[in-house]
Amino acid sequence: MSEVLQSTDQFVDERPPSLIRQAFKLRRTQIGAGLSLMLICVALIGPFVAPFGSTEYVEMPNTLSVPGTVFGTDYFGQDVLSRFLFGGRAILILAVLATSIGITLGTTLGLTAAYLRGRADEVIMRALDVVLSFPQVLLSLVVISMFGPSNVLIICTVGLSTTPRIARIIRGAAISVVERDFISAAEALGESRRRVVFAEVLPNVTSSLLVEMNLRLTYSVGLIASLAFLGFTPEPNAANWGLMIQENRVALTEQPWGVILPTVALALMTIGTGLIGDGFSRVSAGIDRGGKGE
Amino acid sequence: MSSASGLRIIDLRLNVAATGNDIVDGVNLTIKKGRVLGLVGESGSGKTTVGLAVLSHARRGVEVAHGQIFCGDTEVLGLDAEAKRKIRGELVSYVPQDPASSLNPALRIGLQLIEVLEAHDFGGSHEARKARIKEMMTEVLLPGDDEYLERYPHQLSGGQQQRVGLAMAFACRPSVIVLDEPTTGLDVSTQEHVLKTIRQLTRDHGVAALYITHDLAVIADLADDVAVMYSGRVVEQGEVAEIFKNPAHPYTRHLVAAAPDIAGKKAIIGLAGRAQSPGKRPVGCAFAPRCELVEDACRVEFPAMVSVSTRHDAACIKATQVASVIVSSAKPESTRKIGEPVIEVSAVSAGYSGDTVVHDVSLTIRKGECLALVGESGSGKTTVSRAIGGLHREWTGSIRLNGRELKTMARQRAVADRLAIQYVFQNPYGSLNPRRTVGDSIVRPLVIDGKSKDDARRAVLEVLDKVSLPGSYANKYPDQLSGGERQRIAIARALVSEPEVLVCDEVTSALDVLVQAAIVDLLSDLRRQLGLAMLFVTHNLPLVRSIADEVAVMSEGRIVEVGPSESVIGNPQQQYTQSLILATPSIERSMR
Repeated sequence: MSEVLQSTDQFVDERPPSLIRQAFKLRRTQIGAGLSLMLICVALIGPFVAPFGSTEYVEMPNTLSVPGTVFGTDYFGQDVLSRFLFGGRAILILAVLATSIGITLGTTLGLTAAYLRGRADEVIMRALDVVLSFPQVLLSLVVISMFGPSNVLIICTVGLSTTPRIARIIRGAAISVVERDFISAAEALGESRRRVVFAEVLPNVTSSLLVEMNLRLTYSVGLIASLAFLGFTPEPNAANWGLMIQENRVALTEQPWGVILPTVALALMTIGTGLIGDGFSRVSAGIDRGGKGE
Repeated sequence: MSSASGLRIIDLRLNVAATGNDIVDGVNLTIKKGRVLGLVGESGSGKTTVGLAVLSHARRGVEVAHGQIFCGDTEVLGLDAEAKRKIRGELVSYVPQDPASSLNPALRIGLQLIEVLEAHDFGGSHEARKARIKEMMTEVLLPGDDEYLERYPHQLSGGQQQRVGLAMAFACRPSVIVLDEPTTGLDVSTQEHVLKTIRQLTRDHGVAALYITHDLAVIADLADDVAVMYSGRVVEQGEVAEIFKNPAHPYTRHLVAAAPDIAGKKAIIGLAGRAQSPGKRPVGCAFAPRCELVEDACRVEFPAMVSVSTRHDAACIKATQVASVIVSSAKPESTRKIGEPVIEVSAVSAGYSGDTVVHDVSLTIRKGECLALVGESGSGKTTVSRAIGGLHREWTGSIRLNGRELKTMARQRAVADRLAIQYVFQNPYGSLNPRRTVGDSIVRPLVIDGKSKDDARRAVLEVLDKVSLPGSYANKYPDQLSGGERQRIAIARALVSEPEVLVCDEVTSALDVLVQAAIVDLLSDLRRQLGLAMLFVTHNLPLVRSIADEVAVMSEGRIVEVGPSESVIGNPQQQYTQSLILATPSIERSMR
């Protein structure tokens, strides 16, 4: 049978493009990525191009036409544009860090539960259900009002309250992977449990993970902005989009920009990450594949 | 036309709607009333597409390009949606492969049966319908009482479910019936009953039956005529006895040569290459790239059907000469050196969450020996093999490797013991991690063994060569390979650590018959070269004759008969083995 595969090369099929590449062929993903990228640029580069400092007194409060400013001053006489340019960074960094914690913990717990099954699965998932039973906002508020708003605490509470949601999704995706023979093959070789979980199972749940990651990032941005709106920021007068909305809403009729700019930014940011997540989920579910194929 | 022909398919072509590439083309078939035509071919040859077209149905993305299909006197392809709905079940009906998924699990079977009759206004009154159902149930040899009809599908066995499917298909007395691999998932003894029922019903009611399958022995047993499909074309058709005794198309010859047979020991022979998917098929005869008789004329256009004898046509320009060509065969009968016992299984019992399903099993596999473990589904054969491989948690007794006692689970065993016993899984589509190159999959046992990178790379190339794959395959992902190639990779992964024992769990059941023959051939070669001890777990009794030295027959968790495979299969002593062998369809036996 040595000639069995003499002419092999002719029937090697093209490998389908990766999930990310497929997703970025969709218009919605491209728009989402464009919006997100724009807002990320504003948040990261903003502080360097802002005409004034974040807490610098410029002119009388709530004045619209101030020379040298574009959108006038806010309730405290600070430059609205500069406050806006400074105010995204904190939210973005906190949201990314919180989501990372949630993803790391949630993925680990979800994969472990799916792989071990039995009692370990029960213990992990029921414990997470307890966390899940508290609304995310309420849980964060309780913890932060008890211990005071520090950045670390905000990251941890948002991250931990995100964990059970991610764990559930990952466990669901992993359970069918765990039953497949290549897992048994790895076990027959005596691979360590950690290797089986992270090297064999994890790469096969990446599509669910990508979708969930985007969704959770979207929620985390919203949640952290809400906390700031409610006054939970480490510094009382820090430049922060959520806080800006809260500070300037009383003077909405005289100085609308102080509310409009951060609101629009937050909306575009969540729409952007939401669209990316939607693109990923469509591709991984096999929708919008272009209708071609056999 | 006369209504003597139950089903006529005339010049049928179906395309991929998006590209216009042909899935099937030039299909002409006629089935007379009361006869069964077996449609054979490997997966992807278009046989199910033809079967569905008879019901005037095309899968999503598939369209009928041209052709006519007459069921009796009705042309079905031109009908509108409402008329199609009406003929389905009434004029032409369908029995799908998997009865478990084709019956609604939430409805009682009586209700599902009566729904068919109501949909077609059969019988007029509820009482008449009930009577018809009772009649049907009797015909498929099931009890027709109310208690039985109150059952849900899950309360029936696989064979009973399939017979309910048959009752449903025959309920409105159709004149054409399409059976799409209806016995593929069933055990041989169950299959025998279902085949008997099908034969009885088609004869008694004068139904033209199109029986789709990849199993030649079933066709030999059941069908009157046979049509062989390759790459969407019918390459040969005629009476069953004619075609099996005297196959004219080279592809058919290869199919027959590759099919193992329970009635006689034969070396099964595989074939290189694989059929192309729609759009990539070659000009001319699709089989030309794999044919040893190919000449330039074959690549010009698809050969016309020529008559080989009165009731036998083949689409090959050499159809009348092929008979003189012998498919290369005759491997020298090996003088196997059977050595010391490598694996000794003694008094092993195993179970799942407290229920014991394997009782007191003892086996010995010697160096260079292949022991086949056969039995029907649920007999416990896979559980035994998984216990040997360290993949089953709940077992007691003792399994020794070269005299050393093995721990229960692979993870508790010493590295050397783990690497000495290698497992090849049933489904090559599931046993390789799709996110990893096959080279990375193959190299793992060596990494665990602590080999250096260079040594490991060299070993991977060597082992790929052993399984007849080029070294460039190391960089490919599983989804770029065919089923047979994947199974070769899985075997390569098992061999790379130079094991002493190879446990093969139904390794060919997901593969087409030509590929199966090639894999079996490869395993036999490797066993000879490397002196491996092999445990070959299978439900396929005919295959046992072609590969195994010894066979152990399992039933309900116990070994009922052990011995040299020739004597156990040729002259079984136990009643269970005898009935199993008798139920297995055989080409040779049917041709006698």
